[in-house]
Amino acid sequence: MTRISLRVDGVRYDDDVEPRTLLVHHLREQLGKVGTVVGCDTSNCGACTVLMSGPDGKPVGVKSCTVLAVQADGRDITTIEGLSGPDNTLHPVQRSFHERHALQCGYCTPGMIMAAVDLLSENPDPTDTEIREGLEGNLCRCTGYQNIVRAVRDAASAIRSGGESAEPAPPTPEAVDAATPDGGLPPDRVPEEAVPHPVP
Amino acid sequence: MTITEVGSPRRRKEDARLITGRTMWTENVVLPGMLHLAILRSPVAHAKITRVDTSAALNEPGVVTAFSGRDVADVQGSLPCAWPVTEDMVHPDHPPLAVDEVRHVGEPVAVVVARSRAAALDALAAIDVDYESLPVVLDLEAALTEDADLVHLDKGTNRSYTWIFDSAEAGSGGAVGAAFDGAEVVIKRRYRQQRLIPAFMEPRSVVVDPTGDQYTIWSATQIPHILRFLVSVVTGTPEHKVRVVAPDVGGGFGGKLQVTPEELIAFVAAKRLGKPVKYTESRSDSLMAAHHGRDMIQDVELAARRDGTVLGLRVKLLANMGAYLGLVTPGVPILGAFMYNAIYKFPAYRFECTGVFTNTVFTDAYRGAGRPEATYAIERIMDELAVEVGLDPIEVRRRNWINADEFPFTTVAGLTYDSGDYSAATDKALELLGYDDLRREQAARRESGDPVQLGIGVSTYTEMCGLAPSRVLGSLRYGAGGWETASIRMLPTGKVEVITGTSPHGQGHETAWSQIVADQLGVAFDDVEVLHGDTRTSHKGLDTYGSRSLAVGGIALYNACQKVIDKAKPIAAHVLECDPADLEFAGGQFRVRGNPDGGKSLADCALAVFAAHDLPDGIEPNLDADAVYDPDNFSYPHGTHLCAVEIDTQTGRVSIRRYVAVDDVGRVINPLIVEGQVHGGVAQGVAQALFEEAVYDDDGNLLSGTFVDYTLPSAADLTDIVTDRTETPAPGHPLGTKGVGEAGTIASTPAVVNAIVDALRPYGVRDIPMPCTPERVWRALNGGVA
Repeated sequence: MTRISLRVDGVRYDDDVEPRTLLVHHLREQLGKVGTVVGCDTSNCGACTVLMSGPDGKPVGVKSCTVLAVQADGRDITTIEGLSGPDNTLHPVQRSFHERHALQCGYCTPGMIMAAVDLLSENPDPTDTEIREGLEGNLCRCTGYQNIVRAVRDAASAIRSGGESAEPAPPTPEAVDAATPDGGLPPDRVPEEAVPHPVP
Repeated sequence: MTITEVGSPRRRKEDARLITGRTMWTENVVLPGMLHLAILRSPVAHAKITRVDTSAALNEPGVVTAFSGRDVADVQGSLPCAWPVTEDMVHPDHPPLAVDEVRHVGEPVAVVVARSRAAALDALAAIDVDYESLPVVLDLEAALTEDADLVHLDKGTNRSYTWIFDSAEAGSGGAVGAAFDGAEVVIKRRYRQQRLIPAFMEPRSVVVDPTGDQYTIWSATQIPHILRFLVSVVTGTPEHKVRVVAPDVGGGFGGKLQVTPEELIAFVAAKRLGKPVKYTESRSDSLMAAHHGRDMIQDVELAARRDGTVLGLRVKLLANMGAYLGLVTPGVPILGAFMYNAIYKFPAYRFECTGVFTNTVFTDAYRGAGRPEATYAIERIMDELAVEVGLDPIEVRRRNWINADEFPFTTVAGLTYDSGDYSAATDKALELLGYDDLRREQAARRESGDPVQLGIGVSTYTEMCGLAPSRVLGSLRYGAGGWETASIRMLPTGKVEVITGTSPHGQGHETAWSQIVADQLGVAFDDVEVLHGDTRTSHKGLDTYGSRSLAVGGIALYNACQKVIDKAKPIAAHVLECDPADLEFAGGQFRVRGNPDGGKSLADCALAVFAAHDLPDGIEPNLDADAVYDPDNFSYPHGTHLCAVEIDTQTGRVSIRRYVAVDDVGRVINPLIVEGQVHGGVAQGVAQALFEEAVYDDDGNLLSGTFVDYTLPSAADLTDIVTDRTETPAPGHPLGTKGVGEAGTIASTPAVVNAIVDALRPYGVRDIPMPCTPERVWRALNGGVA
C-alpha cells in the first residue's frame, strides 16, 4: 500500500492504495466519484477522461484509466462532478451539450465533456476539423458526433464572448501545495470523506 | 385541442443527470455486503473440458467461492431462445457456464466470487482447466457439407434450420421460377454481410441481490420485463419473486436485447451465497462474449425486363448463428425476409435462409436486425440492374417503386405498407445533394483521368418497424406478443406520473413521452414524470428494440390519456353541474360546449378525486388509467439517402464528400431527438461500410477483441451529414408516428458502398467487400483479390 493525497473536485483525499490501482478505479471505488466511467481497457474510448494538474499546476485532460493512482499523488483533479460552478450553474460545455442534443445514452458524455473542456482551454476558437481531431480519443456510439461538434463550437463561442473560462476553476498557485497533507483547505471546508480511511 | 408540445424540439429531461455525472449505471450500484464476480473464459474455440479444479482459487485472499459449470449443472438451467423459427429447428442446450464442452472463445467456464473485483480477477489465475481440442468449424459453406466437423456433436448437423418464403405458395405473388424463365435480364450477385459488434459504450453489468426469497436484479439491459419473465422460467423462481431494474443504460443497439449467460451466472452465484453479487464485464470480455450481429452470405438473383422493370427476386442466405442460439438469433434474418423486395413492385419472390452453427460467439440483434442486410442486398443489386439496362440508378428505382397513390400496398412478401411518398423524399434528397451537378463533375473527373474519382450512391429504403402485431409474431412462431403498455397516475396536485413498458437506453423517452402527455392532458411538460425500467413500478411491458417504443408504446400512452379524460369527465360535470355530454376537453380544461368561461381543469378533478368529498354517486374516486396497445400492422418509415464519395485511386482512401438523408418517419414528436437518431444511425451504417469488422483467425480466436482492432469511428473519421424529412403520417393510429431508431443504419450502408462502386466502375470494379478499407479499395483497383 502506498499513501497518496489528491485533491478531487476541490476536496482533499488521503488514502492508502495498492500501487497497481488505476486512477479511475480509485476515483470510482474509493472516492465515490462514479460520474467518471470506464468504457474500455485499452485507453481508446476516453469515457474516463478527467482533468489533472501537471507539475506547473495547469489542468490537462487525461484518461484516468491510463494513470496509476500513485502517479496522481499531489495533483489536483477535476471530474465531471466538479465541473459545475459553486451554485451548481452548468459549465458552458455542459450547457451546450444539453442545448445541442450532443448526448443520447450519455455514457461517453462525462469523458467527452472533459475532453472538450481540455480542448477549449488549449484552443479557444477551434474549427470543426480541429474539434473533430481534438476529440479523436473519445468514442461515442450514439450521436455520430455531429451534435457534439456543434456543442463544442457553441461552447467555444459562449466562453469567448461571455468571458467565462473553459477551465472549471482557475488553478491557484496553492493548488498543488494544497493537495499535500500540510497544504489543505480551511478546516471548515474539509468534509468527512477527506479523513483518511483504511482500504476496504 | 391545442397541440403545443408535439413537434417541438424540447431539450431532453434526461440530460440533467447525464451531463453532471449523477447517472445511475448498473456498475454504480453498491449494496451492503456486496461481492464481486469474475469469469474465467475459454481461450479455445472448441474443446472438451476434461477437468476443472477451482480448489486453489479458494485459498486466494478474499475469495468467497469459486465454481465451474459442472458444479452448478443441475441448477443453472439453459439460456432461452424465444424464436424457434421452424418446427424442426435444431436448438442446442446453452448452459450459462460450459459444463462438458466449450464452443467458442470467450465462453464462460468457471467463476470466482470475492470481496473485491481485483481479488476475484486475481484468483482466476489459480483455476486449472484441462481442454481436449476438437475441430473448429468456422466456414458457413464448409459447415454444411456432409463430412463437416460438428459444433454440436450430439446434433449430427451444423444446420439449425432452413426457413422458406415463396410468394406463389403464400398467395402474395407469382412463381419465381416462371419469372426468371421469361426474363430478358438476370443478375446474380453474392454479397457478404460481415460480422459486426454492437459495441454499446456502457459495458454490460449486473447486480443480483437475494433478500429472503426475493431477487432483485439490476442489469444494463434493454429488456427488463423480458428478462424477469425468462429468469423466472429458466431458474424456476416464481415470477413475483423476481424484480428487474434497468437503471440508466448506456446504449444497446440490440446488443442488450439478450438474456445473457452473465446475468444467469450472477443469479446462480447470488442464490448459492445468499449475498448480493456484481459482475461488470471488461471491454475485451464484451467484444469477445456479448453477442455479435450480421454475418451472412447473401446470394441474390434478380430478373427484369430490358426496360428495367423488375420481374422476380430470389434470395438465398446462409446466416451465421454462432455456437448457440441467443434470445432471437434465428429470427434476425427472418425479419429481413419481408424487406428484400423493399419499395419495389416485384411480382414474384422467393426467400430461403439456412441458419448455421459455427465455433464463434452467437449472433443476434444489432441495430436494424435483418433489415439492414436486406436493404443492402436489394439496393446494391438495383444499382447493378441500372448499369445492366443503361439507366440512372434513380430512374431504375422510379420505374419500380410503389407510387404514392398506390398505398396501402400489399407487397409480394405479404406485408401491407401503410403509407409513403418515395418520390417526394427522393426529389428532396436529389436537390439537397446537388445530384445533377455532382454527376457532371463525376463525368469531368473521369474524362480527365483525375486520380481522385467521384462516386454517387443511392439508397431508397423502407423498413418495417413498430414491432409488432402479436398475431403476426405468433404466425412466425415468436415466443411473445408485440403489444405495449402505459399507465397514468394522476397525483392530487395535478402532477402526472407516467409508467411505460418501454425501456429507454438513450432514446429520450422521458422527454418525448412527457410531450405527448402534456398535449393530451393539457398539463405542463415539466409536470410529467416518466417512470420506466423497474418491474416493481412497471410490472408489464415488452421493452425497447425494433423502433417500437413510440410506434407502439406511444399509442398505448395516448390511449391511457384518453381514459384519464373519460374518467375525469363525469367528475368535472358534477362540479360544473352540467351533463357530461355537454362538456368538451381542451387545453387541460373541461368546459361546457360553447361557453369559454368557468371550466374545470384536470388538476381540479384530480384534487376532487383525492378529497372524494363530493363525487357523483357510484363513481370510483380514481383518475388513473392503464392502456395496452397491440398494433394491427407494422409501421413503414422510408426515405432516400444519397452519398457522394471521393476516392483517391492511388491510395484507396474513401472520403465522404456529402451525405444527404431525407427520412419519412411519419409525424415527429421531437425533431431534435429524431435528428439525433438519424445522425447516430447513419454513423453506424457508415461504420459497417467503411470501418468495422469482427474477425476470427483460423483457430477461432477473435482478432478484433479490443477497440484497437475493432475500429469504431471517431469524430475525425466522420463528417457532418445533411438531414431533412418528408412527413407522411402513419394512417393506422392517432399519433401518426412511425419509428426512427434504425432507419439511418438501414439506409446508409448501401448508399456508401454504392457510391464507392459507382466511382470505380470505369476501372471494372463492381463490388468491394465491406468494410471498404483503403487496402481493399486499392486491391480492387489493382485487380487483386479484395
